[in-house]
Amino acid sequence: MTQMTFARAINAGLRKSLEDDPKVVLLGEDIGALGGVFRITDGLQKDFGKHRVVDTPLAESAIVGTAVGLAYRGYRPVVEIQFDGFIYPAFDQIVSQVAKLHYRTRGAVKMPITIRVPFGGGIGSPEHHSESPEAYFTHTSGLRVVTVSNPQDAHTVIRQAISCDDPVLYFEPKRRYHDKGEVDENMDPRAAVPMDQARVVSEGTDVTLVAYGPLVKTARDAALAAADEGISIEVIDLRSLAPVDYDTVVASVRKTGRLVVTHEAGQSGGLGAEVAASITERCFYYLEAAPVRVTGFDIPYPYSKLEMHHVPGLDRILDGVDRALGRPNSLSGLEG
Amino acid sequence: MSTDRTGQGSASAPSAADNTGAGIPAETPGPGTGLVQLITPSGERISHPEFDPWLQDITDEQLCSLFEDMTVIRRIDVEATALQRQGELALWPPLLGQEAAQIGSGRALREDDFVFSSYRENGVAYCRGVDLTDIVRVWRGNASSGWDPYSINMATPQIIIGAQTLHATGYAMGIQNDGADCVAVTYFGDGATSEGDVNEAMVFAASFQVPVVFFCTNNHWAISEPVRLQSHIQLADRAAGFGIPSLRVDGNDVLAVMAATRVALDRARRGGGPTFIEAVSYRMGPHTTADDPTRYRDANELEDWAERDPISRVEALLDRKGLLTAELQQQVRDKADAVAREMRTGCTSMPDPRPLDVFKHVYSTPNSWLDRQQDHYARYLASFGDPAEAVSEEGAR
Repeated sequence: MTQMTFARAINAGLRKSLEDDPKVVLLGEDIGALGGVFRITDGLQKDFGKHRVVDTPLAESAIVGTAVGLAYRGYRPVVEIQFDGFIYPAFDQIVSQVAKLHYRTRGAVKMPITIRVPFGGGIGSPEHHSESPEAYFTHTSGLRVVTVSNPQDAHTVIRQAISCDDPVLYFEPKRRYHDKGEVDENMDPRAAVPMDQARVVSEGTDVTLVAYGPLVKTARDAALAAADEGISIEVIDLRSLAPVDYDTVVASVRKTGRLVVTHEAGQSGGLGAEVAASITERCFYYLEAAPVRVTGFDIPYPYSKLEMHHVPGLDRILDGVDRALGRPNSLSGLEG
Repeated sequence: MSTDRTGQGSASAPSAADNTGAGIPAETPGPGTGLVQLITPSGERISHPEFDPWLQDITDEQLCSLFEDMTVIRRIDVEATALQRQGELALWPPLLGQEAAQIGSGRALREDDFVFSSYRENGVAYCRGVDLTDIVRVWRGNASSGWDPYSINMATPQIIIGAQTLHATGYAMGIQNDGADCVAVTYFGDGATSEGDVNEAMVFAASFQVPVVFFCTNNHWAISEPVRLQSHIQLADRAAGFGIPSLRVDGNDVLAVMAATRVALDRARRGGGPTFIEAVSYRMGPHTTADDPTRYRDANELEDWAERDPISRVEALLDRKGLLTAELQQQVRDKADAVAREMRTGCTSMPDPRPLDVFKHVYSTPNSWLDRQQDHYARYLASFGDPAEAVSEEGAR
């Protein structure tokens, strides 16, 4: 076990994948000499060469579209989208090509493409640098969407994503890049918990709090704070956003009877809505209150001086927990 | 043509010729900005010092074979159009008029080259040895793709305009990594050159100098929009802006197309990077069988292009050479009949897919959401009492 940052853990995972499989190639803007704007690919071009770690021209559709061609040729491309808000020019290639080619070709062509997307806010960036676009992709069949919340997962899941024969969007919570944690670099990713399985972060009995990516830490902090008030929160890190491991969430809600879902993305049509609806379908008779969503607002991601109003923090999450528990909360007295 | 969109219109309606030609001298032979032409519309073989060396292996017999291929793919086209009119196909994108562009280039390719085409290159698929039934499978609505791309080294035809040019460029990056000498070839139309993806593909191809050939069939119409709306310069000239050499050929001249494609392939194989080919042709039919070109183009234009028909000019050349015998004509007719019959039979006898097939191949590894949906739908279908009807050979993935 080694102490390392989240960023370093991804870097080490990429390195292992490059070492293990000569068909793994990295593509992206600035990922070579610079090591990426977040230095996630630091040193990899130097060690693996310009044909394995490819600095591309600035064209997101082309970065993903050429990855499709490489996959046709038997490669396993790992694409870096520099920032969440830059993924939209590549949207067509992702949803119309990457997602559908296996289906379109009746299984003849595999698309083992990993698309790395630094996402989410909290780092004081300008526009287009703090978005949470995951719902666009969880809505698209053929894609797998995962995100990670700690260095060990970051390391293991990137390797699992790269070795997966399906295309995977790997969302990296950029404001956690510098968080440190223990990482077992020698963990066999095939023996580790599969990437599409959710994780119970901390057990509890009163409320199930579902989070993913950057908000898992916030959710855990909220659970610790709530414990001081005698409220027992079970925190679940979804890890996989498509498919969601509902079995784990269902088991928890059947125990607690209450559900709170939190994410940075806007509320309408977000993953929280999907989780709330699915859990309501599966756990209706176990629920003692309506599921509660604590999310970003339905607004463009705001300028940095106001971003922490948009991004759910510990107190907003606890207010949501109070709503689920029927305790006095900010909406007390409001109907509907 | 819309005045606002082109900035070139006038108060009076421009003629169809103004719309389509962009001042292109359609029959000017020679390299450079003019068209490379080796057979005139009247069937005269023009010698060309630059391109003739690329055709030294084209014997009389092979010329007859090219004539046969072009005739066969026209027949495929006619038969498929008939199948659509008879309700056997939902839609068909005719290639009528583009036979030389497709056979000339398709026959220039090597087996290990890999093709990324649009939906109209059924003649190229024929050159790749496609199973004839597979040509119509998609258009019958029985599958999203007709063939296994690796069986004929040709990707599933692309519906999204221009998206395949990036796939070819990426594939060529893989070829370069592998140190192989095969080539990725991408086919697209004049309309596609307006798409961002095509331009991004040329940027990448030039940046990395990968072995890819951009084969643009300028058939003059993107559904109802004339090429002039897409470009005010010759399409081949756009390539220079990306640092990619280009060739502009008479796309209705099978030998010119073949020679140009061979030049481009050879350059790519020798590490010379990408080439852009503009094959100047004409889509003589509609965009698809759902289209009505009489609404947007002048009948005179069609007549003009009919005089430059790609098949009749080879026929005229064969006649001049004394090769157009009754025996050859019968042989070609028989072949076309046989191919059409095989395709028709394959089409009409194609079994319908089964209900649960909708769930197949979404993923290559298990997906709990989808497995659950398939399970629920299978139960629903089984509630009608005939579970056998619903059972799929494979589970959902």
